[in-house]
Amino acid sequence: MKTIQELEEIRKKTLDTINIRKDRSGTRIVVGMATCGIAAGARPVLLTIMDEIKKHDLSDVVVAQTGCIGMCRLEPIVEVYKPGEEKVTYVKVNPSKAIRIVNEHIMKGKVVEGYTIGAESK
Amino acid sequence: MEMYRSHVMICRGTGCTSSNSEQIAKNFEEEIKKHGLEKEVVVERTGCFGLCALGPVVIIYPEASFYSMVKPEDVEEIVKEHLVKGRIVKRLLYAESVEENRLKALEEVDFFKKQVRVALRNCGIINPENIDEYIAFDGYKALEKVLTKMTPAEVIDTVKRSGLRGRGGAGFPTGMKWEFASKSVNDQKYVLCNADEGDPGAFMDRSVLEGDPHSILEAMTIAGYAIGASQGYIYCRAEYPIAVKRLGIAIGQARLYGLLGDNIMGTGFKFDIELRLGAGAFVCGEETALIASVEGQRGMPRPRPPFPANKGLFAKPTILNNVETYANIPVIFNKGPEWFASMGTEKSKGTKVFALGGKISNTGLVEIPMGTSLREVIYEIGGGCPNGKKFKAVQTGGPSGGCIPEEHLDSPIDYESLAALGSIIGSGGMIVMDEDNCMVDIARFFMDFIVDESCGKCTPCREGTKRMLEILERITEGKGEEGDLDKLESLAKNIKNAALCGLGQTAPNPVLSTIRYFRDEYEAHIKDKKCPAGVCKELLNYFIIADKCKGCGICAKNCPQQCISGQPKTPYTIDSSKCIKCGVCMQKCPFKAIIRK
Repeated sequence: MKTIQELEEIRKKTLDTINIRKDRSGTRIVVGMATCGIAAGARPVLLTIMDEIKKHDLSDVVVAQTGCIGMCRLEPIVEVYKPGEEKVTYVKVNPSKAIRIVNEHIMKGKVVEGYTIGAESK
Repeated sequence: MEMYRSHVMICRGTGCTSSNSEQIAKNFEEEIKKHGLEKEVVVERTGCFGLCALGPVVIIYPEASFYSMVKPEDVEEIVKEHLVKGRIVKRLLYAESVEENRLKALEEVDFFKKQVRVALRNCGIINPENIDEYIAFDGYKALEKVLTKMTPAEVIDTVKRSGLRGRGGAGFPTGMKWEFASKSVNDQKYVLCNADEGDPGAFMDRSVLEGDPHSILEAMTIAGYAIGASQGYIYCRAEYPIAVKRLGIAIGQARLYGLLGDNIMGTGFKFDIELRLGAGAFVCGEETALIASVEGQRGMPRPRPPFPANKGLFAKPTILNNVETYANIPVIFNKGPEWFASMGTEKSKGTKVFALGGKISNTGLVEIPMGTSLREVIYEIGGGCPNGKKFKAVQTGGPSGGCIPEEHLDSPIDYESLAALGSIIGSGGMIVMDEDNCMVDIARFFMDFIVDESCGKCTPCREGTKRMLEILERITEGKGEEGDLDKLESLAKNIKNAALCGLGQTAPNPVLSTIRYFRDEYEAHIKDKKCPAGVCKELLNYFIIADKCKGCGICAKNCPQQCISGQPKTPYTIDSSKCIKCGVCMQKCPFKAIIRK
């Protein structure tokens, strides 16, 4: 038999994993996954982001993919959409940069300026 | 449960399953594995999304891209493009969901825009075979609240305040039903669920059972607590194999989690549910017949009173509610009775699920607030009649309901308004008919159904409906006589007054409503021996229009009776005495030179 606490734990844990079917209000992390992105290493970036989200139990974050954004030389590209905020575009992302993006930008709301497209073009 | 970035939801309701959605699901799993995505993407089999006309339906989250009419061979492309590269396969999307190259949110699509999903809240969103997914979306939260914080009287009061009325047909206030049973004093009481959905064209209960079985179990347990019962039975038709299977799985999982059994959630409350399968008799949807059938006897109704609330299953106090009624219960407790009562009209609260069928573009399931007009449902949600045909009538409530013509389409949908029009909401079947449907033939069809399904216990129904059918058959065969309509009306009145159960009492409704609104069609059959819609075979003849006929001879070649003759390049003629009116010549004529009148 499950106690009421156990049911509540199941509810929370499962909701984290299936909430993307209902809720569209949270943060969206979009990874460029066209041929150029994949060739530049977008897949390990995507997997790292997912691992981090799982590790920190972030329930309102959705990871999506998109096609070629048009700046193939800057791939892997990761875009972060937070509700009510400007889109932030990170370029030349690798797994270790991805970890920092999740830990600082997603969790603490602090944009990792050094990795953004703005920093790159300077 | 693992965390996945993308969820592929594949409809495994009856509609999509019969167009091979299981193969699609298997192909997805295979392709996903082939591309090494099995740790990132999960495939879930769900219940009905509602838009059955466009099945098989696949929805992929987080984008919520709505793929329609997917074929097993399309799967490779979807996986390669959408799941690997993030490029949505536009050509396979439901066309309505794309606007200026942008993917519309599902709620913005015409079909879904006006819908409010309460009973269908989880259908298509959760995997019905996984209790955790039901729990995640507030499942069993209402039961927890009821068992830990409320008294049975408070539970009944909440249901009463919500204004919920039975969704099976009669529209009896659910809270009152529960109150009657709770006041009956007995050592044992029962909670029954009527899942014997029998109206032709109705499939809303099936979809709830297939898409969200736990909501029924939770609601029945709440009902058990409210009236003081420890045992429930779900009476489901055996023709719903997927529903039966998923109910079985759900009951097993609920027992495992202690949500059914001796000590539910550790509160000491005891309740269990068993399944009983019906053998497909329409009359077993009637409450006393259903009870007899659950008891193991022949499914026949008995006179009431005593009502089941006092003397029901095994002569113990029993409540019997329909599937959709139960599906509303957990939400009423989670969101409050005031929230539920804020939807709908003064006397009909909440939402109602309708199964749209017949001559309508978007065949499927829709859930709308009570009080929505028939026109909105048929045109704005249903997309109107296909192929530019003219709308003629909508049949609501199945064999117990009636036909409503164009001029009443602006009436709100609620129990009283439809009754005033000579129809009923019934269980929620809505069959749309266009100019090609003959209303006399429709009345004959429903009467034929009733004659088949009458249990034979009471004379008015057994004999009366048979006589009505005979008259209707005569009319459609061109043997109608002056006075037939009066005879039909007087028989109908007597059957309505004298029949033993709901089946007989409502059986004349399709005939009465068609006479009321389409009397001219009946008269054309009886007096002119013509079927204006061109349906009744005996009243039709095929003719070749000499001006249009090029003398190609294709009609003569295809005629199974060889009753078309003529010389090449000169107009042909049909020998009506030999013609069996199969219509092949008309279909085959390349010049549209053959007419039927």
